[in-house]
Amino acid sequence: MSLQDRLTELRDQGLADIKSADVLKKVNQVKVDLLGKKGPITEVLRGMRDLTPEERPKVGAYANEVRDKLQTAIDHRREELEQAAVNKQLAAEKIDVTLPGRDVPQGQPHVITQIITELEDLFIGMGYQIVDGDEVEEDYYNFERLNLPKDHPARDMQDTFYITKDVLLRTQTSADQPRSLENHDFSKGPLKVLSPGRVYRRDTDDATHSHQFHQIEGLVVDKHITMADLKGTLTLVANTLFGDQFEVRLRPSYFPFTEPSVEADVTCFNCNGKGCAVCKQTGWIEVLGAGMVHPRVLEMSGIDPEVYGGFAFGLGPDRFAMLKYGVDDIRNFYLNDVRFLSQFYKKG
Amino acid sequence: MKISYAWLRDYLKLSLPADELAEKIERTAVEVDGVIRPSEGLKKVVVGHVLECVPHPDSDHLHICQVDVGEADPIQIVCGAPNVAAGQNVIVALPNSWIGNHTKIKRSKMRGEVSNGMLCALDELGFDEKLVPKEVADGIFILPADAKPGEPVFSYLGMDDEIIDMSVTPNRGDMLSMNGTAHELAAIYDQTPTMPTVDLTESSDDLADDDLDVTVQADEHDVPMYKMRLIKNVTIKPSPLWLQIRIWNAGMRPINNVVDATNYILMQYGQPLHAFDYDKLDGGKVNVRLAKAGEKLTTLDGEERDLLPTDLVICSNDQPICLAGTMGGLDTEVTDQTTDIALEGAIFDAVKIRKTAHNHGLHSEASMRYERGIDHSATQTALDAAAAMIADLGAGTVANGTVIGRDEDVQPVVVDITLTRINHVLGTELTADAVADIFRRLDFPTTVNDDTFTVTIPARRWDIHIPADLIEEVARLYGYDNLPATLPTGQPTIGKLNETQQAIRDSRKLMESAGLTQAISYSLTTETKAKAFAMHASEVTKLDFPMSSERSALRLNLISGLLDDLAYNIARKEQDVALYEEGRVFFSQPEQVRPKEVEHLAGAITGSLVPAEWGVAAKPMDFYQIKGIVAGYLKSLALADAVTYVASADHADMHPGRTADIYVGDQLVGFVGQVHPTTAKAYKVRETYVFELDLTTLIALPKERQQYQPISKFPSITRDVAMLIDDEITNAQVVDLITSKGGAHLQTVKLFDVYNGKHVPEGKKSLAYTLTYQDQNATLVDDDVTKAFEKVLSALTEEFGAEIR
Repeated sequence: MSLQDRLTELRDQGLADIKSADVLKKVNQVKVDLLGKKGPITEVLRGMRDLTPEERPKVGAYANEVRDKLQTAIDHRREELEQAAVNKQLAAEKIDVTLPGRDVPQGQPHVITQIITELEDLFIGMGYQIVDGDEVEEDYYNFERLNLPKDHPARDMQDTFYITKDVLLRTQTSADQPRSLENHDFSKGPLKVLSPGRVYRRDTDDATHSHQFHQIEGLVVDKHITMADLKGTLTLVANTLFGDQFEVRLRPSYFPFTEPSVEADVTCFNCNGKGCAVCKQTGWIEVLGAGMVHPRVLEMSGIDPEVYGGFAFGLGPDRFAMLKYGVDDIRNFYLNDVRFLSQFYKKG
Repeated sequence: MKISYAWLRDYLKLSLPADELAEKIERTAVEVDGVIRPSEGLKKVVVGHVLECVPHPDSDHLHICQVDVGEADPIQIVCGAPNVAAGQNVIVALPNSWIGNHTKIKRSKMRGEVSNGMLCALDELGFDEKLVPKEVADGIFILPADAKPGEPVFSYLGMDDEIIDMSVTPNRGDMLSMNGTAHELAAIYDQTPTMPTVDLTESSDDLADDDLDVTVQADEHDVPMYKMRLIKNVTIKPSPLWLQIRIWNAGMRPINNVVDATNYILMQYGQPLHAFDYDKLDGGKVNVRLAKAGEKLTTLDGEERDLLPTDLVICSNDQPICLAGTMGGLDTEVTDQTTDIALEGAIFDAVKIRKTAHNHGLHSEASMRYERGIDHSATQTALDAAAAMIADLGAGTVANGTVIGRDEDVQPVVVDITLTRINHVLGTELTADAVADIFRRLDFPTTVNDDTFTVTIPARRWDIHIPADLIEEVARLYGYDNLPATLPTGQPTIGKLNETQQAIRDSRKLMESAGLTQAISYSLTTETKAKAFAMHASEVTKLDFPMSSERSALRLNLISGLLDDLAYNIARKEQDVALYEEGRVFFSQPEQVRPKEVEHLAGAITGSLVPAEWGVAAKPMDFYQIKGIVAGYLKSLALADAVTYVASADHADMHPGRTADIYVGDQLVGFVGQVHPTTAKAYKVRETYVFELDLTTLIALPKERQQYQPISKFPSITRDVAMLIDDEITNAQVVDLITSKGGAHLQTVKLFDVYNGKHVPEGKKSLAYTLTYQDQNATLVDDDVTKAFEKVLSALTEEFGAEIR
């Protein structure tokens, strides 16, 4: 048998062995057996010294070719087997990805806080300061300085928890307004404040009344603030809370601390103004009270109403939340039933 | 105020649907609660004529009636009303008709006799019982003789009217009358209203002055006007149906012709009037004054009232007979026997009336109007109109003249306003003509001089006295819809949360990311709960006049509210609840009524933060987990001073062995621990862990200046130590000692095991720590570390008697 034939035979046998090796170990054994220092190919190469100088390069080249071919086949087979082993392991590791993920405990803000935060951010963006007044206030600031002297009939609108004759639980966060007004330095620019917070009324708790609830009051005073500015601001509030497609309409109302005074209605978000149970078929929902700051309120804070003027508005986040989410009982906000609280998770 | 659309048409030409009118009123003047249609929902209720009425053979009170309902044959109806009789026109609910309260009437049999419907009383048609005249309350209603059988009954009862229910704001007292509402609508629709005229005939020989002697002792402020008229020889009887209809459609009960006349005029003019039985006045002597302490008066409702020195009273011969502007006295009430009427038309001070109404709990149609103000220019007219009406309805005569106790002259209010000012405030570009036209429609006499309008305000609009009031009139009649919508311009300002506000927001986020959900509890609670868990001693701020003891005191802590919340959830089968609250607590301040309001942050957790899941058991909350939450939160504040936890058995409501006070430096900032099992039971909660922090103090404490520390390039070396040590020695003591003896290169000391189970002698525990050493500038030499470590070991042995293992 010529050396070439011997090489061909070794090649074919080797390729067959590689192919049939079904574990890595066998592949490695084939490699050692065929290509090792004591292997048959090495032996063939040793036999080349008996060849003629013409034949030697030919056989040498052929021997290299066979060796490369076998090496390639071994590498290839090894990869195949490694891949198969990985595949086998992956198959064994398969899990049901639809099983629930592990809970990472995550709390969430109260729905009232969500609404207050949203409005705070809106007004901070428009250059307002946030003011936190005291919840226990003097009658003088809560009422008298807002043009509500004792025995004013409008006081009937707000039944009050008194601590003493002159100290009460604030019935409105606008109790902060006289303090803001008297403390503001108008040489540094306009006064723009938003006062969110808890307020209290002497009401028996039921589905629509709560002795504790929240208010957000806004106040802007400058040399030229118009009722049109008020309308534009309220439209922005409504659009932020309910969406851009909603309209705001103003209608006359009465608050002792504003003149003119208005109530603002927003297109019913539930029926888009067509009329439904939520809006009592009117297509509109009353959402806030507002007006131009009463000259007396400015005067009492030492501000000249001939030079300065402004607007004020107030709204109830509890009422907003009830409207927006269809909450039918205001007590839900203060019972802190986790089944209730956990429903409002969409906003931070 | 309930406004009858039918009555309104006496004043104005109005044809638009009531809903549109209501909407217009709401958009331009005052809120409207709704449009009431008394006949709404009622069907097949017709006039019937009782042809025959015989007693039911098997009943002692039922009657069998044959009733003409306008069809070929009469129908038989069994009726139980005591007043049913042949010859009457009655209200018939036909078979398959709908009457009040969504009730359907069907053909039926009553004790064997067929009844093809029902004869109705007013309340069965949906009338409020309070509005049904007393004389017809116990039986069916008898319709006028000219009612036509078979026709719907509604027009005979005023039920075809539409009633606009206005919610009049305190400033618009003028709209608490038909006249005022008509003026308002005339302005809105630019019409000239037809106002009522008075046709008064006075007796030529009978002078009111001869029989009445009126003295007003109260001052001009309290009683600016007091007048009386005398009407003689009046027959008291029910009012004609047209008047009863107007009265009940206005939401009042028809009483008799005299009372109804005063109420009718009240509705028409907004002027309260009071009718006295003249014979009960002591010789016609009337005086008006403030009540004296100790005086009593029995009012029309039968209540004997102790009069207050702030009550204005009408007296006869100085004996109180009437609470001015609120309610009359029983003794001088007009009864069926009354013949002569002394009729009062007066104006009383709004505040005085308000106080009287409030103090005696007597809020009446009259007091409501006095509180909101009265058109003084209409008092005499209203008095005349009522006198004429009483005389007419009761066939009496009006004595000549008005007896005047007081008649203060009131100067008209004149307000100047410029066009520039109006446009400046409204943000509009109205022309002088447009504004002048609005004042014309309002019927406010106006003169224009350049830019300035000089407006004379009619007495009926007493609410207007400053330019801002006129701006409102212009704005609402111009229409708020027509205002542009802009945003304030002018010098820009920076909006930004202050440090406290930002810290509160950050705190909320951190609590939520630790797994706690925000609760908002009530600030008002019981005195006991208010005081519980308080971080330091304080008086409780209490309400002067609470509605219940449950909500009577302002909280000194947030935990008790959270425990209430937990109990609420546990009662509803929620076992795992983790809540936090951020809010105010109210600590008393020496010599001040107002408490100091402090921001607190508290948490309460029961059950597990992470409940059991498939393949993983629940991890019940324990002290160390809630402490971890608190520690993580405090770390986020970057406090300059070290946070320490000191065991405390001083909190009555906390577990004495599982509670720590939290200090930052020397400052107490809160506590953390387990609620005392007895307290937990009282709140109806299970094992619960809580913390409460004084956020106001924490925010004010000095903060660490944050600075980058280069990360050492050199490897660290660790040494572990395990020791047996007395139970009494705390982890904090051990760590402090290790830290103080650790040498310059000791970086961290980390506890990795605590054991006091098997093989640990009684009174001992096993603690194990990893100490990490590192040098910023060089590779540590093993021998150096060993030397430093051995120092620590010997210190532990010497100082704590630790047995190193």
